[in-house]
Amino acid sequence: MTAQLALSQLLNGLQLGVLLFLLAAGLTLVFGIMSFVNLAHGSLYMLGAYFGAATFAKTDSFTLAILAATVGAGLVGLLLDRFALTKLYTRDHLDQVLATFGLILFFNELIRMIWGPGSIFMQVPDALSQTVDIFGFTYPSYRFAIIGAGLAVALGLYLLIQKTRVGMLIRAGATHPHMVASLGVNIKWLNTLVFALGAALAGLAGVMSGPIMSVQPGMGEPVLILTLVVIIIGGLGSIRGAFYAALIVGVVDTLGRAFMPTIMRGIFERNTADAAGPALASMLIYLFMALVLALKPQGLFPATAGATR
Amino acid sequence: MTALVTENLVKRFGGVQATDNVSLTVEDGQLHAIIGPNGAGKSTLIGQIAGEIAPDSGHVALLGKDVTTLSVFARANLGLARTYQITQLAKEFTALDNVLMATNARASHNFSFWKNAHDDSDAVSHSLAALAKVGLLDAKNRTVAELAHGEQRQLEIAMALATGPKVLLLDEPLAGMSQGESAAMIALLKSLKGRYPILLVEHDMDAVFSLADRISVLVYGRIIASGTPEEIRNNVEVRAAYLGEEATA
Repeated sequence: MTAQLALSQLLNGLQLGVLLFLLAAGLTLVFGIMSFVNLAHGSLYMLGAYFGAATFAKTDSFTLAILAATVGAGLVGLLLDRFALTKLYTRDHLDQVLATFGLILFFNELIRMIWGPGSIFMQVPDALSQTVDIFGFTYPSYRFAIIGAGLAVALGLYLLIQKTRVGMLIRAGATHPHMVASLGVNIKWLNTLVFALGAALAGLAGVMSGPIMSVQPGMGEPVLILTLVVIIIGGLGSIRGAFYAALIVGVVDTLGRAFMPTIMRGIFERNTADAAGPALASMLIYLFMALVLALKPQGLFPATAGATR
Repeated sequence: MTALVTENLVKRFGGVQATDNVSLTVEDGQLHAIIGPNGAGKSTLIGQIAGEIAPDSGHVALLGKDVTTLSVFARANLGLARTYQITQLAKEFTALDNVLMATNARASHNFSFWKNAHDDSDAVSHSLAALAKVGLLDAKNRTVAELAHGEQRQLEIAMALATGPKVLLLDEPLAGMSQGESAAMIALLKSLKGRYPILLVEHDMDAVFSLADRISVLVYGRIIASGTPEEIRNNVEVRAAYLGEEATA
């Protein structure tokens, strides 16, 4: 276990973390503000990846691919909110889970019908296909770009929610929808805006992970589960919580998978370690979630009235 | 123009007639108070005027326009501003931020929607003016959680004023107040009286009789009397149904 390897795995963890944040931000806002459980959030991630990959293959422009993925997923989110989900907001969580699980099946099948059951290939854009040298080791510049873009979006989201007029209304609307409506704000459209924004961020996460993960039907589900873990650890409805929890989950998961087998070998016999290491590594974040829930049932940064930190 | 009219409003919940053929009028510049014992249907009536509850039949008209089927925010945009019986404020916002939100809610139709809320000097000065009107200018940077109950109610009125209202709907603004707080609120309501048409729902009899131009008495969802404070004070039916009950309570 060299320092270089540790550092590169740490960066991989950060990169997974910012992708998870892009997904978790939308999911946690929608849950916090509308009290809506949207399992189809992973499908929006998948759609983003497909929209992006298809656009990139056609136009060879990664900028256009990002635009197509973000706007496309945002539009699908907007249509979902207006036409499919609006009846579900007042129903209980189990109904929401069942209906949005149905949407997962629908979207996976739709993608299969359009693009086929296999995975489609998305190249790393030329401009970012190099590696960067830091501290004597090389790291792919594309993964650096993901980290940078994720952090930039996090900052932008923070400014939007904390500083702008619309952010103010979103924060107040989360806890006092009646009051915000009585001030003359169409709370339905505010919710739609939040939903579409969350969908666009999921689409962005999808297209950015396109070149490093496989773009295939059902790719949204594993990442959805990680995202749910993130928003529970961070505190439902809390953007700030989602940010820290996403980085923690990304790093813990990546480092665990990279080093747990080695660490286990130091404790157990090789055979036992090889069997238990990967298993334990994949359990790490759930153990961490259980620990957080035991100590802070509301999550690390529970959302409170007024500020959706 | 008549500020607010309800016409034969009816609302039933199961077998209970919560609003029974209620017709009332708030003339321009008038402070019209609604009194009535607990369970008289005051909240249900307010809900139908604000747009939160749909009446079974009857109409609500705001500034001459029938708004019966309009949503809460659409009525607010026509100029109906309200305060709540139970304070509805964003607790971790400062007083100024709460008012800014009200200012911005109204201004959100223009293109500065994404602007930094605090950089907009027009919105800030407009909000400060609203705070000044209710006497909370010194408290502008305190969070709602740090404000006393009476100050929170004043802040709600500042928010209503910041939306540039044409009609005010005040739901028990004196509820839960200490004597000193009540006196300050009554003074504030006096300063608003005449400048805005106001529909005031209130339990505090002394306040109602000193403030109102017109009083309607609601009992079991029905208006049993409507008139000047003097007429209401001398109305036999009202004394039996309501004031007598107060006196013995």
